[in-house]
Amino acid sequence: MNVVYKRPESLKKRRMHYCPGCGHSIIHKLLASVIDELGIRENTVIVGPVGCSVLIYNYLDCDGTESAHGRAEAVSTGLKRALPDRVVVCYQGDGDLAAIGTSETIHAANRGENFTVIFVNNAIYGMTGGQMAPTTLIGQKTKTSPFGRDPKIAGYPLRMCELLSQLEAPSYIERVSIYDVKNVIKTKKAIKKAINYQMKGLGYSFIEVLSMCPTNWGVSPVNAASWVKEHMTEYYPLGVFRNHGVSEDSK
Amino acid sequence: MGKRILMRGNEALCEGAIIAGCRYYFGYPITPQNEVPAYMSKRLPEVGGCFIQAESEIASINMIWGAACAGKRAMTSSSSPGISLMQEGISYLAGAELPAVVVNMVRGGPGLGNIAPAQSDYFQATRGGGHGDYHTPVLAPASVEELTHMMVDAFDLADIYRTPVIVLGDGILGQMTEPLVLPEPSNRVIPPKDYILVGAKNRESRIIMSLRLSPPEALEQHNRKLQKKYDEIIRKEVRYEDYLIDDAEIVIVSFGTSSRVCKSSIQMARERGIKVGMIRPMTLWPFPYEIVSDLSKTHKVKAFLDVEMNLGQMIEDVKLAVKGEKEVYYYGRTGGMLPDENELLDKIMEVVNECCLQKA
Repeated sequence: MNVVYKRPESLKKRRMHYCPGCGHSIIHKLLASVIDELGIRENTVIVGPVGCSVLIYNYLDCDGTESAHGRAEAVSTGLKRALPDRVVVCYQGDGDLAAIGTSETIHAANRGENFTVIFVNNAIYGMTGGQMAPTTLIGQKTKTSPFGRDPKIAGYPLRMCELLSQLEAPSYIERVSIYDVKNVIKTKKAIKKAINYQMKGLGYSFIEVLSMCPTNWGVSPVNAASWVKEHMTEYYPLGVFRNHGVSEDSK
Repeated sequence: MGKRILMRGNEALCEGAIIAGCRYYFGYPITPQNEVPAYMSKRLPEVGGCFIQAESEIASINMIWGAACAGKRAMTSSSSPGISLMQEGISYLAGAELPAVVVNMVRGGPGLGNIAPAQSDYFQATRGGGHGDYHTPVLAPASVEELTHMMVDAFDLADIYRTPVIVLGDGILGQMTEPLVLPEPSNRVIPPKDYILVGAKNRESRIIMSLRLSPPEALEQHNRKLQKKYDEIIRKEVRYEDYLIDDAEIVIVSFGTSSRVCKSSIQMARERGIKVGMIRPMTLWPFPYEIVSDLSKTHKVKAFLDVEMNLGQMIEDVKLAVKGEKEVYYYGRTGGMLPDENELLDKIMEVVNECCLQKA
């Protein structure tokens, strides 16, 4: 039989703890596929965050470490400086990266640290039960914005790609989504490009993935995907914000 | 024996670290330890190492986590307020059993306090410091030379027991220039680093973490494992200096810079015929309970005098060791002020009058 689709080898044969319709399982699989395709499983270290994806090390069959809440990019900095010839992938959610870890994010990006960040933005705190995130949309109801996010009280959702694009050092910044198949494929391409740039030593690469949290949004998985498309991409436009590697692409 | 040189504490400790094999330094400026990052920023590149001025102490300690995951010897340094910021990271390192060396050049507190030398971080250093059920070994040097040599010891302890280690100095030790002979590289046997993350080549993939969710007793089991390690450290790694203790009727307990003032006062007291000696803990955790306890049970020893640059923190350990056998007195200064040898002599005379003369 001709096998056309199978579980990536870099993904452990283990049942995931993620809710039905959650984006993390898709993004984990994409990362594992990219690691397979680049043949770097034995050369890669994954740095996980605190949040729903804290257990990423249970699913990716690579060496992996936890990091304290918000500190993943400081951990990745120490790791990559100590192991410059290994691939370091730093996987973070929106609370981790854009609230408690904003400082670590901006400064790792500004130093141009040569690792790849996968930033999963689902506009909410999942692990702790649905509180307002720095990326929660205006008017979006959460446990801690029960009347909808009011910018007079809680400010505006942080656009991290745009913010990091103000810095000189980052080599690659792209926002993608996984709300449909076409965009899932685009997301995989973006991750692969970012890791490729890292392997070429181009410096900091940052992929923001707009993702779903049906459980804490209180909608079905299908409606969650539609909500990303209709509401999130409106405030968070998809696209490439920085590409210092264009000349590398043809090589 | 090596050449005798003259160096400032904050710079000499860097040489000690480099001799110990440390090639990674991550730190953030704070007085009175600014010479450490300044020295490391020019010295580490010369030996193929890596220096990063981090965006905060929080980032520094987490960069250490990263380098430690890779199996490298890494350190940071700071002073009291900065060390408070690192406590989260130190707790995580203890939980994940990662080695690290953290130098604290203690200054006056609480809060921003001042920038003068103090020993008021004793509680924080010896009681874990961050959240959770853990300890870290704490080395307390009393001279620039000892500080430099203790750096080698600190890296060994960190690797042997897979734990963060605190080197607790103060503003004086960091700023003072003293003659010293640099340490030799250590010949202690370091267990193979079979936990490090360098890519899962020809082996199962590895995980480094402190999270232990299931089964329900997983974390308790891990805590018990850590405790076994701490028990071993207590058994094997207590270090102290005894000073004129053989005939002492009054035993001073003091560490670091304040112990040097004590030595002057002890000489002055002995010139007056008063038999005073000192136990100087060189490890604050594990504390030298046994020697203090043994002394408290002798007839010869009439009283203990705890001397610290704080309002009495180590005195709790002295009292735990003495277990009410003898009186424990206190003398100290705090808020960045130094103990005075004449004031201490007065205190010794007061203790003599209360405990030695009336019972003679």
